[in-house]
Amino acid sequence: MEECFEVALTVNGIPRTASVPARRLLSDLLRHDLGLTGTHVGCEHGVCGCCTVLLDGEPVRSCLMFAVTAAGHEITTVEGLAAEDGTPSAVQRAFRECHGLQCGFCTPGFLCTVTALLRETPRPTDDQVLEGISGNLCRCTGYQNIVKSVHRAAELLQEGEG
Amino acid sequence: MKPPPFGYRAPRTLDEALDALAAVPSGKVLAGGQSLIPLLNMRLAAPSHLVDINRVAGLDTVHAGDEGVRVGALARHARVERSPEAAAIQPLLGRALRHVAHPVIRNRGTVVGSLAHADPAGEMPAVLAVLGGTVEAASARGRRTIPAAEFFRGPLESALEPGELAVSAFFPAAPPRTGTAFAETARRHGDYALAGVAAVVTLDEDLRVSAARAGYLGICGVPLVLDLAGAAGPAGDWAAAAAHARDSMDPEPDIHAGAEYRRHLAGVLTERTLSIAAAEALRRAGV
Ligand SMILES: Cc1cc2nc3c(=O)[nH]c(=O)nc-3n(C[C@H](O)[C@H](O)[C@H](O)COP(=O)(O)OP(=O)(O)OC[C@H]3O[C@@H](n4cnc5c(N)ncnc54)[C@H](O)[C@@H]3O)c2cc1C
Ligand code: FES
Ligand code: FES
Repeated sequence: MEECFEVALTVNGIPRTASVPARRLLSDLLRHDLGLTGTHVGCEHGVCGCCTVLLDGEPVRSCLMFAVTAAGHEITTVEGLAAEDGTPSAVQRAFRECHGLQCGFCTPGFLCTVTALLRETPRPTDDQVLEGISGNLCRCTGYQNIVKSVHRAAELLQEGEG
Repeated sequence: MKPPPFGYRAPRTLDEALDALAAVPSGKVLAGGQSLIPLLNMRLAAPSHLVDINRVAGLDTVHAGDEGVRVGALARHARVERSPEAAAIQPLLGRALRHVAHPVIRNRGTVVGSLAHADPAGEMPAVLAVLGGTVEAASARGRRTIPAAEFFRGPLESALEPGELAVSAFFPAAPPRTGTAFAETARRHGDYALAGVAAVVTLDEDLRVSAARAGYLGICGVPLVLDLAGAAGPAGDWAAAAAHARDSMDPEPDIHAGAEYRRHLAGVLTERTLSIAAAEALRRAGV
């Protein structure tokens, strides 16, 4: 039997625990052990960005981190972006409004990345948006509407609707 | 794919980490995991043990002093990139870090991990090499300081021995009247570069070129450093320096680019970075 470790961490504000082998990826902990399948897994080597979650508020690749390393930290996944009553966040509403998604496979990663981007850079220029999302791949949209969504989300947040 | 099984230790102090590494000589250090975990996921690596240093106290440091910038083993790329103190002492570091992967990868990856990984297309090894920096290594047996010229042994091979942990890296400060520049060409922004150059130019009191060095990534198995002051002459003929650089290198072809194309890129980027660095040196000389 492979040795297991008790992992305790906070996910979307809720304390969670799981007993997992050291090689359990954070992405798999979220999806398989905790049933939070909103976090998607595309490439499992850091390239596509689908699996991006927030670790203590900062976007990271959940496929490039072990659950044991994440123990004790706060994770926010796409399931944790909306308000408690289920109202989508400004970033989520902007993506819906501007058609920033088609099949939606890449969307959880974009939403987490953009949420953190706008926290740090509330009024990003086009170049800052492109740099900010450069690590997230989308096979459907051609990115134009994603860029629009980011600017729209910045507006919504500015208007205090976020 | 998923990583193969491995034994796992998560020490809290440096001594515990060194003891753990001494106890499992075939163990590997896990820092940011942005290079190691892809290798594990693709099953290109299968270490018996991982020593996860993410909980080791005191390694998350960036010290900028008059002599240079010392970066601890847990300082993430993003933190070093955004440090105004580090940028004031050695601007080349931040300029090159902006080309390392994507912002999200830089939130986890470490500068020292990049050096230990010794990827020939990595930006940090070329920067350490052109600046003549050092790596401080520690093991249960003691400590040693390894100069950049001895640290990079081959593709993905550093001078670190089994049981050794790279505790920090030191990037020397820019002397007065010195400018630096960094440029690279990659197929897509954020990819590993096909070729890249980190350039450093220093002027003397009469504003003649007294030093001109270029550090290359993506050209051969270890960072290549060329002294181009002679070829450039005191007035700074950067086209001549670039021609000399092209003739002095023997680029290795791979599936991404052939040798001639890499040589061409290196020449163009050499001329460009040296002239940008020289212009900055003039500004810093107050001209
Ligand atoms: C999509 C993607 C794109 C990337 N693009 C680039 C790029 O353009 N340029 C670039 O340079 N890098 C790139 N990287 C790699 C990234 O910069 C890594 O963060 C870095 O190379 C390794 O740092 P790490 O802290 O993540 O090390 P890890 O992945 O944890 O370790 C890497 C290796 O170094 C060893 N190691 C790490 N720290 C120490 C230490 N303190 N002492 C001894 N050994 C140690 C490990 O044992 C392992 O062998 C990319 C990564 C990804 C996923
Ligand atoms: S699944 Fe993590 S980056 Fe692609
Ligand atoms: S919406 Fe389909 S991959 Fe982005």
